[in-house]
Amino acid sequence: MNIQDPKLSARTGSIDMAHGGGGRATAELITDLFQHHLNNPILNQGNDAALLPPAAGRLVMSTDGHVISPIFFPGGDIGSLAVHGTLNDVAMAGAKPLYLTAGFILEEGFPLADLEQIVISMARAAEAAGVPIVTGDTKVVEKGKGDGVFITTTGLGVVPDGVHVSAARAKPGQAILLSGSLGDHGVAILSRRENLEFETEIRSDSAALHTLVADMISAAPGIAVLRDPTRGGLAATLNEIARTAKVGIHLEENAIPVKPDVRAACELLGLDPLYVANEGKLVCFCEPGDADAVLSAIQAHPLGRDAALIGTVIEDDAHLVEMETEIGGVRVVDWLAGEQLPRIC
Amino acid sequence: MKYVSEFRDKDLAKSVSAAIRREADPGRTYNFMEFCGGHTHAIFRYGVQDLMPDNVAYMHGPGCPVCVLPVRRLDDAVEIAERHNAILCTYGDMMRVPGTKQRSLIRAKADGADIRMVYSTLDALKISRDNPDREVVFFAIGFETTTPPTAVAIKQAQKEDLSNFSVFCNHVLTPPAIAHILQSPDVQDLGTVEIDGFLGPSHVSSVIGSKPYEPAAEIFGKPVVIAGFEPLDVMQSTLMLIRQINEGRFEVENEYTRGVTREGNLKAQALVEEVFDTRDAFEWRGLGTVAKSALKIREAFAAFDAEQRFEISPKQSREVKSCECPAILRGVKKPTDCKLFGKVCTPDTPMGSCMVSSEGACAAYWTYGRFRTKSARPQREAAA
Amino acid sequence: MCLAIPAKITELDGDDMAVVALEGIKKRISTALVEDLAVGDYVLVHVGYALHKVSPDEAARTLQLMAEAGVLQDELDEMTGADQ
Repeated sequence: MNIQDPKLSARTGSIDMAHGGGGRATAELITDLFQHHLNNPILNQGNDAALLPPAAGRLVMSTDGHVISPIFFPGGDIGSLAVHGTLNDVAMAGAKPLYLTAGFILEEGFPLADLEQIVISMARAAEAAGVPIVTGDTKVVEKGKGDGVFITTTGLGVVPDGVHVSAARAKPGQAILLSGSLGDHGVAILSRRENLEFETEIRSDSAALHTLVADMISAAPGIAVLRDPTRGGLAATLNEIARTAKVGIHLEENAIPVKPDVRAACELLGLDPLYVANEGKLVCFCEPGDADAVLSAIQAHPLGRDAALIGTVIEDDAHLVEMETEIGGVRVVDWLAGEQLPRIC
Repeated sequence: MKYVSEFRDKDLAKSVSAAIRREADPGRTYNFMEFCGGHTHAIFRYGVQDLMPDNVAYMHGPGCPVCVLPVRRLDDAVEIAERHNAILCTYGDMMRVPGTKQRSLIRAKADGADIRMVYSTLDALKISRDNPDREVVFFAIGFETTTPPTAVAIKQAQKEDLSNFSVFCNHVLTPPAIAHILQSPDVQDLGTVEIDGFLGPSHVSSVIGSKPYEPAAEIFGKPVVIAGFEPLDVMQSTLMLIRQINEGRFEVENEYTRGVTREGNLKAQALVEEVFDTRDAFEWRGLGTVAKSALKIREAFAAFDAEQRFEISPKQSREVKSCECPAILRGVKKPTDCKLFGKVCTPDTPMGSCMVSSEGACAAYWTYGRFRTKSARPQREAAA
Repeated sequence: MCLAIPAKITELDGDDMAVVALEGIKKRISTALVEDLAVGDYVLVHVGYALHKVSPDEAARTLQLMAEAGVLQDELDEMTGADQ
């Protein structure tokens, strides 16, 4: 269905300060665009707060602000990313996500057609995940005080009884599994950055991982740690876990899946795939006896076909991540200092 | 990846490692300087040292353009961007290097300067075309490999009459730096640095050829092997150096025959010659003033020379006093000899450029540092 | 210094520009620094420029030298009867 109200004129119009003023323009934006596409009974209650039914079990909640340039990229856009990112943060607690909220900061002048495309993309992602967006907010900032659109999403979920997933539960001897190849999201984004353009078939791996997590938990309810290696890549995620659990980590470089195109783009720009962002991958720490069952469960899911056992947790007072390299040497895999910048030397 | 993956093969690495262990004389040590930061990076990134016997060691040379750029030149670049309101185009490598008072390009950008990261001089030209009302300055750094692309850009700007484009030229030369190290008191008189041979840079040499190293090898009696940048290239070149030493030879040999000839890339050399002239002297961070070691833009292209176009004020540039980068760049000290290393100075809070560049010895030591791992620590503690 | 990577030329245009492929990645680069290029050649790419052609014969020869180092070791093991 198209937007009928000529006053909103989504095809040609753009965001102006009136859309954030709280008057009729705001109301129209909410009804004709947000509510129209995100349509669900709880959102349609139309109150400032969504009234939710009681949930069975321990609740988890996570919030995430999404800023990305470019807003539209191969394999997704800021809308789908804002849904997947928060669903995954909830899922990494071993939880089933139930509801999402969305807050938009829009810059004056942002095209309404782009906004509509983003909201449609959020609606599709939420519907595919089976998790409704139940409340939201919109604010408009003056031209030059934002970067088009920022979206903050919050997710609420429920953790099944008997599931205790936490970085603190990493223990020496546990197996480390990775659900698929590294770096797809980061490389897809870089391929569209000004002054770096290159052609690639690589698409962002942006995806909701909660059904994969559910399959893994039914294969082995005792899973110790789940994390999605987003910003800072696998290296940052593993260093965080090592520090939290006061353990060391040993990786095998040759076991870590990286697509040939991603590897090639990284070589071209002087990047290390271990530090490149992912939006649809997870790492899992489990007891060595459970490793085969969990790995099979991951590989049986459409989002985990390339999953692999990539390393083990070791004892180490310095809580380092170390890796046996491609040629058989050993190196540290450290935290990243700042953003990884393309380099020439 | 063809011509890449083969040169990272684990079995082949074992094979070369075995040959080195077999041929290295246990009665002596072999100290090789890898001139180039690309080799430093490869050695640490792949853990090449783990595949070497204990008596074969690498020391890290000054071939990292980011590391050897004096702070003054970085401060000048910031001034061009800020005071002259130019768009400063830079390779990503320079962004985080601390200038005076820790002021980096990334900091200047946060403060409002228009600093843009580019992948190529072609991108800088495009920015010039797209912004005809702005001055666009390309911050040129690098050795002989990176110089020809700058020459092409200047020629192209002249052809297109891109009058808003200029280059802040900091290109430096490899052979004078090698000679400078070999002539230094550390090597000649004090004996504080023992260099048995050099790994020569392959990409630089693909441009200049292997011939320019011949005088240094002959005068100083040190073998040079032009080595590719993949880990197996480094290992094979190490084996070739060991063989030369064992046989009492000191020649320029070429491991990277797939890209380097004795004469080099004549077309690139001619372009560089046309656009650039040798400076009488240039200051290197770590090495001090080195005669005939850098390039400037020729008079015929003066219109594209940022140093002529903009007034650059004299300034008191300062580095962090106790930073040992200079001694590390000469091979006199190891990063671990610096008291800032790993304490106040880490990649998150770099005090000197060697901790910033991925080719810097300090950054490579710290980021990939095998010495920090559990398997290496007991050994180190026992040795201490 | 000088991060560079070998890539295969897939298109040449008249203006000293070419498209190279590295696995599935395609990038437009300048060929102003190298002469006599043909589609299918491998070139070393640095900061968006081809620096030199990669010689397939020489690459094969270098790999052969590396492999031979190991063959000697195997033969030596055989001669001395050492187990590995």
